[in-house]
Amino acid sequence: MRDFAKEILEVLEENARATPGEIATLLGRSEEEVAAEIKSLEESGVIRKYMTMINWEKIDDGYVYAMIELKVSLQRDKGYDAIAERIARFSEVQSVRLISGDHDISFTVRGRSMKDVAFFVTEKIATLEGVESTCTHFVLKSYKEHGVILYDRTQPKRLVVTA
Amino acid sequence: MTNSEIGAENKKLAMEKPALWRPDSHLSTTVREMPPSGIRKFFDIVVGMEDVISLGVGEPDFATPWHIREACIYSLEGGHTSYTPNKGLLELREILAESTKEDLGLDYDPEEEILVTTGVSEAVDLAFRATLNPGDEVIVPQPCYVAYVPDILLAGGVPRPVATRLSEEFKLRPEDFADAINEKTKALVLSYPNNPTGAIMTREDLEEIADLVMENDLLVISDEVYAKLTYNGRHASFAQLEGMQDRTVLLNGMSKSCAMTGWRVGYALGDPAIIGAMTKVHQYTMLCAPTMAQVAAVEALRRGESEMKAMKREYDRRRRLFVSELERLGLPCFEPKGAFYAFPSIEGTGLSSEEFAEQLLKEQKVAAVPGNAFGESGEGFLRCSYATSREEILEAIDRIERFLADLGL
Repeated sequence: MRDFAKEILEVLEENARATPGEIATLLGRSEEEVAAEIKSLEESGVIRKYMTMINWEKIDDGYVYAMIELKVSLQRDKGYDAIAERIARFSEVQSVRLISGDHDISFTVRGRSMKDVAFFVTEKIATLEGVESTCTHFVLKSYKEHGVILYDRTQPKRLVVTA
Repeated sequence: MTNSEIGAENKKLAMEKPALWRPDSHLSTTVREMPPSGIRKFFDIVVGMEDVISLGVGEPDFATPWHIREACIYSLEGGHTSYTPNKGLLELREILAESTKEDLGLDYDPEEEILVTTGVSEAVDLAFRATLNPGDEVIVPQPCYVAYVPDILLAGGVPRPVATRLSEEFKLRPEDFADAINEKTKALVLSYPNNPTGAIMTREDLEEIADLVMENDLLVISDEVYAKLTYNGRHASFAQLEGMQDRTVLLNGMSKSCAMTGWRVGYALGDPAIIGAMTKVHQYTMLCAPTMAQVAAVEALRRGESEMKAMKREYDRRRRLFVSELERLGLPCFEPKGAFYAFPSIEGTGLSSEEFAEQLLKEQKVAAVPGNAFGESGEGFLRCSYATSREEILEAIDRIERFLADLGL
């Protein structure tokens, strides 16, 4: 049964618009079975949201992205969760992760301009209690996001008919 | 005139009027009489056509996984461009022995019982050339891949086609097999999972024909290049049957399962005497399979498992999608159990396979291969490859639907 759920998730991960009927055909199951499984996956929080992968660079008003790494000093009774969850609440922040290595927390920010992002970091993040230092990396170009290649590629042609 | 004067005169005449050069008269009779491949015609029609959706391709639509390509590039940078041993890189043969043990539970000695070839095509040719004497008959269940019959002819053998039927899921039935056997029969070709039908033969199916193979002292040449693309249950090989491993030349390759058609890597597993004989022909013709492709094959076998499985899962989904859509259109179709082809019957349309395929291509720009290209018993069918994206499959189905509507069906 887990395999059935995984197969549904694989199809949906690739195409959020796939309908239960279409998924049922692909997996050789009934539409009702698929719909019921999706419902339970939604209810249990395995499926969080159905989204669209957008290449914003293709339209004029592109966004500015930055990856920011933080060093954090922990306080008594407060783990990393407290500060991470606090950062996550900002709508500018797209992802927040606890990481190993030189820094403790890494998060990505989306803004309308570099200035936007820079002010956000200095005013809202650097001033948070426990933040020791920040390191901001602006994204110059994105080649692949969520497993999807963003640059244009020409596909090599196959012969039309072969044995 | 003296003899020498006549000689000089003739020479002069020949210089003035050289004999008409007829290259045809210099061709081998076997090759001249060999019919061209049934798909040749479609190449000619397709040239210059735009916006064709192809269900006619016998290869994956995926590019070879990047880690495999990358390993090859790395080895080229390292200068690994010389010959390998005739039988192939020992490392590759050792991995093949391991993976065959894992998949089929069979042991093959990498030194004596494994030969790496330039694609399975070469292995098929070698198997016939190494074993056939003039006049030896080879039983070929059809519809099947287009190369067996010509390769048997080139080796001086006599192909003996045996029809398989939709009503029997395109399996070789013992009765039909028995009928085709005579005192000249030397070998049987098995190619399951089958191109073009998608049929498989289970262990039980194979057991039903094993007695006849034994009684008649036959060799079995088993092309299992689609083995890893078996969707219902596990692939069964004739070589797994008791006492049959040495009687079987098992052929397989990287092309279909790893999306590596252009690399040309195949292999043959079998008795040392037969593999040795095949190696003899191989060393005088091919010398060795391309070195860089062998390096890529090592990488594919070592680390390609998860991508291979992902591709197989995708083919399986397309298979279900395509077959259910064909059913919706009312084209009867045997549910393919392996490979990546569907083989719907088009008999109800009143058109022959070739008429159907040609008109479909010209009118709706969908390329598929007429079933009779794979033997007479393929007449009335159309081979459609579903190794193409789901979007293209659905677009092709729309066009076939329009085509059938135009026919008044």
